[in-house]
Amino acid sequence: MSSQEHAKRIQVPFESEETIRNLRAGDALLLNGTLYTARDAAHKRILEAADRGEDLPIPIERQVIYYVGPTPPRDGEAIGSAGPTTAYRMDPYTPPLIEMGLGGAIGKGYREAKVKEAMKGHPFVYMAAIGGAGALLGKRIKEAQVLAYEDLGTEAIRRLVVEDFPVIVINDTEGTDFYEVAQAPWRKAGDKA
Amino acid sequence: MRDVHVDQITKAVSEMCQSAGVTLSDDMLEALQKAHREEESPLGRHALEILLENAEMATGSALPYCQDCGFSVVFAKLGQDCHVIGGSLTEAINEGIRQGYGEGLLRASILKSPIDRENTGDNTPAVIHYEVVPGDRLELAITLKGGGSENMSRQAMLKPADGVEGVKRFVVDTVANAGPNACPPLVPGIGLGGTFDKSTYLAKKAIMRPIGQFNSDPQIAELEKEMLVLCNETGVGPQGLGGTVTCLWTPIEVYPCHVTALPVAVNIQCHANRRREVTL
Repeated sequence: MSSQEHAKRIQVPFESEETIRNLRAGDALLLNGTLYTARDAAHKRILEAADRGEDLPIPIERQVIYYVGPTPPRDGEAIGSAGPTTAYRMDPYTPPLIEMGLGGAIGKGYREAKVKEAMKGHPFVYMAAIGGAGALLGKRIKEAQVLAYEDLGTEAIRRLVVEDFPVIVINDTEGTDFYEVAQAPWRKAGDKA
Repeated sequence: MRDVHVDQITKAVSEMCQSAGVTLSDDMLEALQKAHREEESPLGRHALEILLENAEMATGSALPYCQDCGFSVVFAKLGQDCHVIGGSLTEAINEGIRQGYGEGLLRASILKSPIDRENTGDNTPAVIHYEVVPGDRLELAITLKGGGSENMSRQAMLKPADGVEGVKRFVVDTVANAGPNACPPLVPGIGLGGTFDKSTYLAKKAIMRPIGQFNSDPQIAELEKEMLVLCNETGVGPQGLGGTVTCLWTPIEVYPCHVTALPVAVNIQCHANRRREVTL
């Protein structure tokens, strides 16, 4: 299963729809290439711009959005600490982006049923990075450039260039949820609400 | 009367923010190491290895441990024979946060208003809990409280008939529901009794207690031990990837309550449990 020693190197944006469909819940990946950052406020603005028929600040098709609000960089560094934020806050905005062709998103935590439903029709994977490992993940980001919504500060949209950025596939195109699969053997009491 | 100047307070708060933002306290680091030794799931152990590596990397390169540098929550115990001079105590604390977050390159996450949602830019204001105590000292304890885990916290006004079993169920459900959203392994602070507001205050106060220091009431200490076992039976595991260590520690604070009531609050703390304290 998902030890990073067996991780697959994957190019982002994803090369094809086939690449996305071939990813399986539980796969450990090392992402290489370009990611775009966006959190709640930026998602809202992207969708408002799409509604008005305006050009979007980032490409969507087969791209991967990273839910992150980094700390400020020190002199000479690309970025500060940069771990994932909780993904469910983006749930209201994710299905329309999946329909527009978004290939994946990186965050942490459970996604709601509507997002998993939207993934059935379009190739999209939800991946988790280790929540709270901000220093370690920040070091895997080699370039960062603010592209849009600079007034949002840490929540502005950034273009990131990453090298061997470690993630685990949580929700795949076949409808498997890795959190459910991984927790079930260890559950003795209590239920996931 | 003993004098404490506001400049001393500001300096101490700034230093605590910068240090806490980067380096976990010793008790927390030891708890993560113990979790790594005891976790039975290979994937859970792998997640803990990454967290320990992150802790080392943060300290080694003076980078924040987590990018969410939290809401600054301060517990201030002001001795009744301690005299703050040179300005306002609240302002001195907020100035310390302003300086600490700025100099430490910590992320500013606080908004002026929950409606307009414009960032204040310097992580102020803090949430400050004041307590007046005997003595001539000023004790300041601070936590940089992450938003992801705070969002998974809950409070319930249980019926007295629900009893201690109802309390256990509520805590376990809250932890299971938080799952990977809250960045486990967790420290759920539990507040039991008081009024609605007092229970949530107690829950926050509980997470300030050093890990391993049980409640001084033996009955509550037993409940803390049992609660830890129950929470770890959820199988959530480190990062929600399954395993035997969902929680590191389940501290409980208790207060008398009304005859009609059984208030319980669970304030979830993530593994980025960043606390400091100082006595001036």
